[in-house]
Amino acid sequence: MAKLSFENIGITHLAGAVPKTVIVNRDYTDFFSKDVVNTIVDKTGVEHRRFSRKDQTASDLCFAAAEKLLFDNEIDKSEIDILLFISQTPDYRMPATSVILQHRLGLSKDTAAFDINLGCSGFVYGLSVAFAYANMPGVRKVLVLNGETRSKVYHPKDRKTAFIFGDAGIAAIVERQENVGKSFFSLNSDGSKSDLIKVDAGGYRNPSSPESLKEKVVDENGSIRTDEHGHMNGADVFNFVLREIPKSIKQTLAYANSTIDECDFIVCHQANKFMNDYLSRKLKLDNAKVPTTIEKYGNTSSVSIPLTIVDQLKDKLDGHRKLLLSGFGVGMSWATAVLSTKDLRILTIVEV
Amino acid sequence: MKENKLLEAFQEALELEGEIISLDDTIEDFDNWDSISRLSLIALLDEYFEVEVTNAEFDSLNTLRDLRDLVINKQK
Repeated sequence: MAKLSFENIGITHLAGAVPKTVIVNRDYTDFFSKDVVNTIVDKTGVEHRRFSRKDQTASDLCFAAAEKLLFDNEIDKSEIDILLFISQTPDYRMPATSVILQHRLGLSKDTAAFDINLGCSGFVYGLSVAFAYANMPGVRKVLVLNGETRSKVYHPKDRKTAFIFGDAGIAAIVERQENVGKSFFSLNSDGSKSDLIKVDAGGYRNPSSPESLKEKVVDENGSIRTDEHGHMNGADVFNFVLREIPKSIKQTLAYANSTIDECDFIVCHQANKFMNDYLSRKLKLDNAKVPTTIEKYGNTSSVSIPLTIVDQLKDKLDGHRKLLLSGFGVGMSWATAVLSTKDLRILTIVEV
Repeated sequence: MKENKLLEAFQEALELEGEIISLDDTIEDFDNWDSISRLSLIALLDEYFEVEVTNAEFDSLNTLRDLRDLVINKQK
């Protein structure tokens, strides 16, 4: 049972970046009728999203967030001992994007840099890794970079996925912090459901080929995609979320010897509005404590939790705060954290 | 289980309030039956009956009676 706890480790700084290009979902009608689009937007709640440029990657968004984070907070780069890059949209299949970012950010060659390949659970998983490193003697600062360009993963003619996903990147510092309090993590996985959200081809099981790049009709609505685009079984993802997430949240709170009422904010992965609202209702959450960005930025996969914190909780995390974080999705993989923060400094989101 | 409650859930999920539907109706014949209304029905089946119906199970159903039987079976 992967349950971890830490004391006197905290996130001290957080910054975010989004692409300048705003997609107005109700006008995203090149391939679908206005009626269909409005029905989808009413249900999913995704009014706007950000799309990166063709030549812009997740690491570019993280780089912009990191530069602002380091500059505005006057952080000494030589104190960064570990760099993590959390993403499923890396720059290349090799080398690891984190290593490219080490050089680009002008960090020392003494920096440990590696990638973590997880989706919607990725930020909470990555945070647990950052906490574990920061807890070790001799480690000063861990730089957590978490970015996604999910707009490039899905086909604009696939009705099930064309209107949901967007792009963003964040940067965070995790380090020792006296009297911040304790934080708790619960990490889970269920590979029996690996088909629910997947890109079938382009890896080494089904390498890229002329066949994998062919557009095909994939459902009764006439949705089109290739085998190198993502697909999602939304109904069974929802079933999975209803079965596992309330249970995981309750177990993690019990492990943390805490209650939902003691948490100042509950930040869930922004999947879609319908799913998030139902989850909130099932857990009887106070809406005032549940920040959301699904309307503004859509589903940005692993970035949606920290992006929601940056966008919605700036200036609300002075002093001691307790946050419940819940990430769930592709894998299936899910992670819950009860996170203590102290004077967490959040910068205004940059547009790049 | 009350048959009315199941029909009510189906009506609510597909936004068919006021329309007359019966257990003999074929699910595929409803225009609003798509991936979006499935999400609503999953939520209502969870809320009313505490059961989980998978996508493959939905695909295998013919009439609303089949859905009722499946839900009853799952509740056992």
